[in-house]
This record gives sequence, C-alpha cells and structure tokens, in this order.
Amino acid sequence: MRGHLGIRILQVIPTLLLVSIYVFCLQQLMPGDPALVLAGEERDPQVLAQIRAELWLDRPLVIQYFHWIGNVLTGDFGFSWRIRQPVAMLIGQKLPVTLQLGTMAFIIAVSIGVPMGIISAVNKNGFLDYLANGIGLAGLSTPNFWLGIMLILLISVQLGWLPPSGYVPLGEDWRQSLATTIMPAFVLGNAIAAVLMRHTRSAMLTALEQDYVRTARAKGLTEWVVVLRHALRNALVPVVTLGALELGTLLSGAVLTEQVFSVPGFGKLIVDAVFNRDYPVVQGVVLVTATVYVSLNLIADVLYVLINPRLRGA
Amino acid sequence: MRRPILAAALMAGVFATPLAAQDLPTLRIGLADDADALDPTLGRSFVGRIVFGGLCDKLVDLDARLNVVPQLAQGYEWADSKTLVFKLRPGMKFHDGTEVDAAAVKYSMERHLNMQGSARRGEISTLDRVEIVDPLTVRMVLKTPTAPFLAALTDRAGMIVSSKAAEAAGKDFSLKPVCAGPFKFVERVAQDHITLDRFDGYWNKDAIKLGRIIYRTVVDPSVRLANLQAGALDIAERITPTDVDAVKKNPKLKLAVYDGLGYQGITFNVGHGERAKTPLGQSALVRQAFNLAIDRAALVQVVYAGMYTPSAQAIPEASPFYASDVPAPARDVAKAKALLAQSGAKLPVVVDLTVTNSADQVQTGEVLQSMAAEAGFDVKVRAMEFAASLDADDRGDFAAHLIGWSGRADADGNLFNFLHTGAPLNVAGYSSKEVDAWLDEARAVTDVKARQALYGKIAVAHMTDVPLMYLYINKWITGMSTRVDGYIPIADGMIRPQGITLAK
Repeated sequence: MRGHLGIRILQVIPTLLLVSIYVFCLQQLMPGDPALVLAGEERDPQVLAQIRAELWLDRPLVIQYFHWIGNVLTGDFGFSWRIRQPVAMLIGQKLPVTLQLGTMAFIIAVSIGVPMGIISAVNKNGFLDYLANGIGLAGLSTPNFWLGIMLILLISVQLGWLPPSGYVPLGEDWRQSLATTIMPAFVLGNAIAAVLMRHTRSAMLTALEQDYVRTARAKGLTEWVVVLRHALRNALVPVVTLGALELGTLLSGAVLTEQVFSVPGFGKLIVDAVFNRDYPVVQGVVLVTATVYVSLNLIADVLYVLINPRLRGA
Repeated sequence: MRRPILAAALMAGVFATPLAAQDLPTLRIGLADDADALDPTLGRSFVGRIVFGGLCDKLVDLDARLNVVPQLAQGYEWADSKTLVFKLRPGMKFHDGTEVDAAAVKYSMERHLNMQGSARRGEISTLDRVEIVDPLTVRMVLKTPTAPFLAALTDRAGMIVSSKAAEAAGKDFSLKPVCAGPFKFVERVAQDHITLDRFDGYWNKDAIKLGRIIYRTVVDPSVRLANLQAGALDIAERITPTDVDAVKKNPKLKLAVYDGLGYQGITFNVGHGERAKTPLGQSALVRQAFNLAIDRAALVQVVYAGMYTPSAQAIPEASPFYASDVPAPARDVAKAKALLAQSGAKLPVVVDLTVTNSADQVQTGEVLQSMAAEAGFDVKVRAMEFAASLDADDRGDFAAHLIGWSGRADADGNLFNFLHTGAPLNVAGYSSKEVDAWLDEARAVTDVKARQALYGKIAVAHMTDVPLMYLYINKWITGMSTRVDGYIPIADGMIRPQGITLAK
C-alpha cells in the first residue's frame, strides 16, 4: 500500500512536466498574435515590436519555455500580460472561489444524486425509479447557462431572495458568501447529481444481485441495513472514481456558470486569458489545475482502499 | 518558495475586507468587460477608460457637444500651429498629497512618450518636447502642426500621474495607481470589481456627491440587466438593443441612449496581398454595387431593434466634420445589378465575409447575405474568433471583414489610420494620392471650416472608391436606476462621476 502510494506520487512529477510542455506548445498553435491583441486598437508596428521584445515573444520558443519553467520552479509564475498583476496573485484570488463553489456543488450533487440512485435501484421499474430517472434526465439535459439565467430571473429579480450575481469571500461575510454562491453551486451540482444518480443506480443494481446481498438478507437483516451497509459500500467504488473526476472537471468546467453568475473563479480566469492570449495566465492556471486534478485522483485511489478492504493487498 | 507566495495571495483573496467609512452613497457600476492595466500610459481597454474617469483627471475634457473644455488645465491656447500652452489650476493635489504642477505634466507626458510598452506613444507621437514655463504653465512643442493632438489629451494621453508614486512603483504602478481624479484607488479583484473611494483633496470636490464607486465586471448582458433590475447595480453600461424595451417597462429604471463616436462597417481588401485579387477587391464598381444592395435601416431594424443610426460615414452626425451632403445611399437593387453588369464581373460575385463569432455579428452577416444575394452576390459568412481575425487582417488574409472602430473625438482618429497609404490600420491596402493629401492637410490646419471642407471631399471620394463600407454609427445605451441623477451623456461613452447623485 505504502509502496503503491509512493510510486503514484512519483508519477506526478513527469505528468506535470509533460502538461507544462503540452500547454506551452498548444497555445502556440492558436491563431492570433498576443502582441496584436495586447496592442488593442493601436496597431503601430513600432508598438508591436516593442511589446514582442518586452514579453520575449521575439525569442525562440525553447528559450521562452525554459525562461518560464525556470521561473515557475522558483515560485514565480510571472505577470499577466493584460492586467499586469502577478499570476500567483490571480490564482490565489480565484482558486479559493472555485474550490468553495466546487465543494458546495459537489455536496449538493452527492446529497441529491446518491440517495436518488439508491431509491431508484431499490424500486427498480417502480414509480420512484421512473420519477428519479426523469429528474435525472432533465438535470443532464438542462444547459447550465439557461438554468442559471432562469434562476436569476426568478429568485433574484422576481422574488428578490438572493443577490443575482457576484461573489463575497467566505472570510469577509460567510452568510453573504453562501448567498452569492448557492445558486451557481446548485446549477453546477444539478448536472453532476444526474450523472452520479445514474451511476449509483446501475452500481447498486449490480450489487443487489450479488451473493453476499442474498446472504445478508438470509441472515434476517432489515432491508435498509442490507442496502446501506452491504450493497452501497460495494457500489460506491466506481461512484467515488467518478466523483473525483467530476470534482476535477468542476475546477475548469465551471466556466459558463461562473460567467452567468459573474463569479470571479478559475474557469473565467482561463477563458478570458485564452481570448486575450495572456499566455502566462493560461500556463499558470493549467499547471495548477493539473496539479489539483492529479491530487484528486491520488485521493480517489486512497479512498478505494478505505472503502474496499480487498484492494489493500493490491 | 512557491508556497509562501501562493499562501499570501490566498490570504489576500479571502480576507480583503475594506469598509466604507463615509455617509455619502456608494455607486455600483456594471462594466461589460474586465479592465486591463490601471495605468493611463499602459491601459488599452474601453472599460479601463471608464474606471480612469473616476481615478485620473485629464488636462482637458470633452463636453456634450464634443468641444474641448478645461479640466486640470484651466485654459489652453495655440501659440502657433506647433505650440500649445496650458495654464494649470493652482493648488491641485494628487491622491498621495503631492502637487499637480508643470513638472508633473512634463513627467507624465514624457512617461506616455517613452515608457516601455506605452500605449499612448502613437496618439502623441508628434510631440517633440514639453517645456516648463513656470510652476503652473507648460508649453508643448510639436514636430509638425497637428490639429488632432489636443483631442488626444481629452483621453488617457492627457492624464497626469504623480511622479513620486510612479517612480516608486515602476512597472507596478497599475497595481496602485495614483492620479488627480475625484476618487482614489482602494482595491481590485481581477474579473470581479474595482473599488475607488472619494478623494477629499480633489480640486473640484464640490461636484462629487458620492462616497465610493464600485465597478463590477458583469460580462453577460442579460445578467448585467438582471443585476440592474434586482437593484444590485445602479448603472449598467452597454444594455443590448433588444433589452431596451424591458428597461423602458420597468418603473424603477431609466435609459440614456445617445450616439457614440464609433462605427461598424465592412473593410474590403482592395490592395493587401493576394486576396485582394478578386472582382470585389479590384473593381470599385463591384463595391459600389454591394453598397447599393444593402438597406442599412432594415439591417439595423432586424439585428438591433432599430437602435443604431444607419450611416455611410465614419464620423457621427454630432461631429462638426460630418458631411451632411453625403447621406447613406438608399437601397437600389436595379442600379446595383446594372453596376455589376458594367463591371463585367462573373455572376454571382463571391464575397468571403469574415465576422466575429458573436450572435449579433453573425446575424448581421446573414442579413447582408440575403440582401446582397438579390443583386447577384454570393456572400459567404465566415465566423472567426476576434483575435484570430485581427491576425488575418494584418496578414491580408481576408476579402471582406465586418469590423467596427470605437471612435475618436477628432475626425482624424476615425479616418487617417484606415485610409492613408501605409497607415498602421490600413489593412484594406487602400491608396489614393488625393485622399492622402486631404488627410495630411486636415491634420495641419487648425481652422474648423477648412478642415470641414477637406473631410467633405474625403467623404465624397469614399462613395466612389468604397475601400470601407460604413453601415451604422454605434449608440451608447446606458441603463440606470431612477435613483441616479446627473448622468451626462457624452459621445465617448465614459461615465463621468462629476455631478452624479444617488438618492436613498
């Protein structure tokens, strides 16, 4: 177990290095000269040349890459070309926002998706099953931006219960913070809940047909003990994997929702950076996202073992 | 090493909690975009200019009729066609308490001119030197007579920064800008908000009835409107034309709708590389035909609910340089067909039209497509991301490009760089000796009548050559709460806090 974990941690280093090279090369393929975007409406050749010189854009790619990665290794992510703030500071401002939003969305998703999946599996082909499936399908097929705007119009504009958009940090005023994030978290969680529900349902259906479930029933255990303690525990392994992946996706995949609710998060940071060809920000954000993603997978690996003791020998 | 930086940044993000300590109201303004660097020398974004309206005063400003009026300077005078003299108001202070004097003006102008990455250099490149006459008088000497120079100083090029703060901060000045505007910088969370607090040492502080301004970035127009409707914003810039009715019906909201300085048009590639070699690029008759095939009023009606002003000129009607004898041509399909026949081009004439990949631009492309089809054009609408389209423009890799210009206060700013041979924004590759001469002369003379005549000639020649086909003049549509009063609409689209009040 410990050796396995050690290898997994060592694998992280080359993975992140590859990611850094990949991102660096990929953005070179984007059409659109960063100097042109930065220069805005004034496209004087002299100005362009000066911008290129200042940002090292006139040097060979390999040199640009090593200059950047060298700085990153000493903790310096560089400056945003567009707004001239340090990338580390931007990430520091945005990461807590997205983590908060992602965590809330995930809690919402799990507390809706998993129970619905269980209920639906236990009542297979019954009314509750169809109902849960119907809700799940609706959740999956509702576009986030549409649901977001509808919620704003209903809850903020018509009823005036919650602020329509924006963000207040947790440390500043936790009530306001929850008030500004609950709608986007619900929108994000809604789609994930549907996926979790479908997976929980099918994993539970498989588990409920296993021999040990029959044995448990034969022992005279109540149905809920059988379902929750015996079947669910085994059914959860694939659900945890999926959960970890979805949580990772939340980091960068919340773009549309962040845009609709004007939440200054990670997704919005990277999308704006891509459109503005703000390379240092794109690189920094992708690297941090990759680190978080890889760490989440690592945590999922550890969780498998905790949930399913049989994996401990592996 | 990386961890402490990140940790410190995390703390800054979570625990930044400034408090308003004044009784005056806080004005919340919704911006359609995130500002870029908050340094008047480096800033390039439109919304950045709106924030500077609170932060940095300029030597001179524009009034509602686009006249140049005093701001930090209490007066100006052309000593001769190359020498401009400014007299400063006495006793003005920057946010750091240092004095706004001739030395500060000289420092700021030289910073605009020489700082690495300056976005102002092009606007004031004709400036030769700045001389201090006495502590409150500066003389700016130009290399050549340049009439539009003064108008450039009504924007960021005329903003004066504290030399002490700028020297101390170096390249980090944009993190904590220090100017002489009515509000001083408090904090900025990128993509979220910028907070400014009232500056008690402001020279014109009686005009300021607000304690704080929070500029919030709300990119999505429907969400910006929803924030305004829900009372989370007091002013929202750039309401979409199709949302105007919703604002009008709301008793708590009102609108300011007024002409801007910029236009939307089609740039034709008439002489920029291989892709100019099409009937459209080579024959002025084909372009004239295209011009006649389009019904501008119908286009604006369909796409923008009739909110913009159809026009065939780069200059808005409010400007003294608008040529009133060159109206937008009425649609005439028969004449367009005749011109096409006269040109000898093979039908249908293919027009490869690049548009930005936003819903309204694509829709505009489609409306142009269906109108032009009746006259014998086959318009192919090609949606492209904005940055990529700029790149294509610079390489000459386009045949026709639907693209706008935000506009400048002086007519020269909407014409010279696009039409003069070899000018930086002349991606059309247009070259006409006559037009070049008129553009040069209109820069050199300061007499308004003489300049009017020259720009009139250019407008007439433009209808024959059609290197750019202007479609409409943009309008600013600003939504605000009925509690807001004293908003002055000026064609540059800025939100000037002077005089704005907010009822409880």
